[in-house]
Amino acid sequence: MPINLPLTQVSSQLDSRAISAVELLQACIDRTKAVDSRVGAFNSFDEAAALAQARASDERRAAGKTLGPLDGIPVGLKDIISVKDQPLTASSKMLANYISPYDATVTRKLREAGAVFWGRLNLDEFAMGSSTENSAMGPTNNPYDLARVAGGSSGGSAAAIAAGEVTAALGTDTGGSIRQPASFCNLVGLKPTYGLVSRYGVSAYASSLDQVGPIARTVEDAAIMLSAIAGHDPLDSTSILAEIPDYRAALHQKKGPWRLGVPKEYFGDGLDPEVAAAVQAAINFYKNQGCEIREVSLPHTEYGIAVYYIVATAECSSNMARFDGIRYGHRSTAATDAVDIYSKTRAEGFGEEVKRRIILGTYVLSSGYYDAYYLRAQKVRTLIRQDFIDAYKQVDAIIAPTSPTPAFLKGSHKTPLEAYLGDIYTIGVNMAGLPGLSMPCGFTQTGLPIGVQLIGQPFKEAELLSIAHAYDSAHDWAKRQPNL
Amino acid sequence: MAATSPNLDIEKLASLARIDLAPDEKEKFAAQLGDVLKYVDQLKRVDITGIEPTAHGFPISNVWAEDNVTPGFTADEALRNAPAQRDNMISVPKVVE
Repeated sequence: MPINLPLTQVSSQLDSRAISAVELLQACIDRTKAVDSRVGAFNSFDEAAALAQARASDERRAAGKTLGPLDGIPVGLKDIISVKDQPLTASSKMLANYISPYDATVTRKLREAGAVFWGRLNLDEFAMGSSTENSAMGPTNNPYDLARVAGGSSGGSAAAIAAGEVTAALGTDTGGSIRQPASFCNLVGLKPTYGLVSRYGVSAYASSLDQVGPIARTVEDAAIMLSAIAGHDPLDSTSILAEIPDYRAALHQKKGPWRLGVPKEYFGDGLDPEVAAAVQAAINFYKNQGCEIREVSLPHTEYGIAVYYIVATAECSSNMARFDGIRYGHRSTAATDAVDIYSKTRAEGFGEEVKRRIILGTYVLSSGYYDAYYLRAQKVRTLIRQDFIDAYKQVDAIIAPTSPTPAFLKGSHKTPLEAYLGDIYTIGVNMAGLPGLSMPCGFTQTGLPIGVQLIGQPFKEAELLSIAHAYDSAHDWAKRQPNL
Repeated sequence: MAATSPNLDIEKLASLARIDLAPDEKEKFAAQLGDVLKYVDQLKRVDITGIEPTAHGFPISNVWAEDNVTPGFTADEALRNAPAQRDNMISVPKVVE
């Protein structure tokens, strides 16, 4: 079935005319209708628009004008990425009726590469969460065990691929929101270097941390997706002017051996023994390939979560100020005057976790507490970043678990703080602006996927992907499908 | 256990954040955020003497764009998501008496 295959293989089938783009999309449509009531990966879809794109792809192929490996591939987008004339809900009541007036830059680039957009994919409301349980549309369930979370905040993006509803997807990652759901769903997820991919047209959560990136079945698939979306964009002033290589071609250029750092702080208390064993086996693979494995220290790791929940909520409180019921989105009908409109609209439109983060961010930025919380957190952030810079004097990349546990049961986090602590291994990457990738490295005895994380140096995605590909192409975890 | 921070004035914060919190939300958030603030207190242990703050993952600043005229939205496109509109304008409650 093409719906269970990596993008590269689906692309070959399209090229050889074994299948048409319309047939491929139809398989995804049928699959979505068959399984998504149980998975909950989709917020909405537009069959007619997708079929029109698939037909156009088949016409290009018939005319010998194929646009590349993504031409005709069904790609799902996290429902905070704008597609012109399509809904964008951010899984929030606030944007229940919002229609995007323009394409995000990543959307335009995928369109120009011939991708077929299939589905608006579920997330934690405005990307705030690590389980896709904080969604006004209901939770996304893990295809490998429907009682468990798919991860988050890009849980819909990961679950949709794992369930065979799309071939690849885009997510966003502010503190692990691409890598952690990828690890929970037996997929590859890449958070690019801060500034490599434009965020124009993507709803902002924490602007100094947010980055768009691909989720797919294999490292090679992720490389193809990254090549399509990376690059400078004058519409995003944080995007970097840099030469973008062909990441897929680069996979085969250098075969190592690399120097890989194992951060001792990432293997401490709270790490699930089955996760630890699977990650260690991946480290051993690299060692057997001739890589030099060195223990490194990232001494400020323990402060990562505290820094994150100050910096991210501060930026969140500022970004969320735009939802005021005036220009777009929900407006309360119970309000009596102008200020009342803001307060009632925001009370009705935002879910609990979003309100909590806005309140916390308001507190850490408020007069009298700014220096004690926000400024102090920004300084500790400098130290976290410096830890990585120091480590990269000794090693080419860092290898570690993605998440301390495999996918957890829905509803198992009893307090917000408990939920926040699960982000311990992914947050440092966002703090330091580095590229981070999670890929499958095994399963627990009960059949839950486990991910291993590789952390690279700024803008060295080509090297990071090569290192990951060396492992990924020698293993076939991706072939293990969920029973749905 | 939930520890309400003495400094966390939830009424004032809700007002600053312009969110009309329900009474049960106020109680719950005050306790939960008290827990989070207690947790982040560990940052006080870190020696930050002489350390510059990091505001962005990759420091770039003052990006300038040419002041060129480019196509924008029509009024219809710009107003498409407005909750209430009239005569190509967003309509809001009276602000000044």
